[in-house]
Amino acid sequence: MELVTPGIGLIFWQTVTFVIVLFLLSKFAWKPIMTALHEREASIENALSAAEKAKLEMQGLKAENEKLLAEARMERDKILKEASDAGNALIETAKQKANEEGGRMIAQARESIENEKRAAITEVKNMAAALSVDIAERILRKELSNPQAQQELAKDYINEVTLN
Amino acid sequence: MKKLFILLFSFLTITAYAEAPVEGGEFKPGDMITHHIADDYNWHFADGVTLYLPVILIDNGQPQVFSSSNFYDENHELVPYNGYMVSHGHIYRADANGQPAADQSSLIDISITKNVASLFLSVALLFAVFFTIAGSYKTNQGKAPRGIQSFFEPIIIFIRDEIAKANIGPKYERYMPYLLTVFFFIWFNNLLGLMPGGANLTGNIAVTLVLATLTLLITVFSGNKGYWKHIFATPGVPVWLAPIMIPVELIGIITKPFSLMVRLFANITAGHIIILSLFSLIFIFQSIAVGPLSVAFATFMNFLELFVALLQAYIFTLLSAMYFGGAVEEHDHVGDHGHGDGTHH
Repeated sequence: MELVTPGIGLIFWQTVTFVIVLFLLSKFAWKPIMTALHEREASIENALSAAEKAKLEMQGLKAENEKLLAEARMERDKILKEASDAGNALIETAKQKANEEGGRMIAQARESIENEKRAAITEVKNMAAALSVDIAERILRKELSNPQAQQELAKDYINEVTLN
Repeated sequence: MKKLFILLFSFLTITAYAEAPVEGGEFKPGDMITHHIADDYNWHFADGVTLYLPVILIDNGQPQVFSSSNFYDENHELVPYNGYMVSHGHIYRADANGQPAADQSSLIDISITKNVASLFLSVALLFAVFFTIAGSYKTNQGKAPRGIQSFFEPIIIFIRDEIAKANIGPKYERYMPYLLTVFFFIWFNNLLGLMPGGANLTGNIAVTLVLATLTLLITVFSGNKGYWKHIFATPGVPVWLAPIMIPVELIGIITKPFSLMVRLFANITAGHIIILSLFSLIFIFQSIAVGPLSVAFATFMNFLELFVALLQAYIFTLLSAMYFGGAVEEHDHVGDHGHGDGTHH
């Protein structure tokens, strides 16, 4: 029975002491400890979030770099394509021009050949005409050497001329 | 570690031996155990090593202070002194025949007993430990804890996160000082009680009564509207049941801290009784052969008690936090109508 009968003296000392302990520990121990713990947790939290932010920033930078690189690559490809296009076009026009020139030259040559031919033919014709006149003259001269033959020719001409 | 065990064994043996009735007479284990777990006016470490503590009496408003050694003669027998006498661990006014007088009114005994001395010792220890730790937080600001600080920091964080935050909710912060103090107070005193020659402070019902009363007062004074409404108009209970429900709920306010008081007292006292009983076996059987067995069991019990010391501190703190949580909880009455079980969630 004595065990479960609280003694007034111990109740008194326990109350007084515990309240003092509660007060002093709260003020000089728990408060600084809890504050320090809280601060440290906050600083760790901050550091973690800063690291996370830096990571995200890095990712952003990397993505941007990649974008720039891709753009540069595209630009290069474009330039290369344009250059090759321009080169091709140049070659094409040069070819065309050469073809045209060639064609024109051939046509000119053909024309001049034609002219030469015509001129040669004309000359041959003229020569043949002169030769035939010459031959005719020579024949005529020989035939008309006797007066009778001259007579007969004159007669033919007169006969040929019909008098209306 | 081995040395520590040997030291522990030797201490245990000494304490048991010290209580053996060398003065002659029959060994009464009941008396020995009661003597050990009860309070006393002196601190008996071993035969011949006794610390006499001051007796403080308030007799009809007149303070009386003297050493408790005055109650003992040279043979360590109790004698009356200055009209006062000790009988069964209490101080009474003595009559002419050396018997407790009939009139014992307005005699208040606030002596520094063994338990009070042990209480002061534990307080000194608490201050030494936690002021040191608070100091390390200042000098060690923003850095990792070290030394004794790193031992207690996880415990403090555990009390904050697992006991206070989990059971009280967002208003946990204002209960932290009480919860931390009560936890470490109980734990330290439980451990001091396990020391050889230690007092049985947390196994004293006066101490647990004060602690439980503080929990009760904090709970009642932090009770919000919802808490009182649950007591005087329990949601989901018909009005005509109120004459039954209100007394039940009011008794419930008291029974919760009452259970705290009894639980701590009974657990710690029981542990002491078991260990002392195991040692008593040696003297009951009056055989040295029982010694090793007793020591083995008592050692096992001591380790169990080390665990119980921590466990009881945890349970007291946890339940206090749960009661506070019930008092400050924002009750959702619309949702409560569904269960109507009348319990505090």
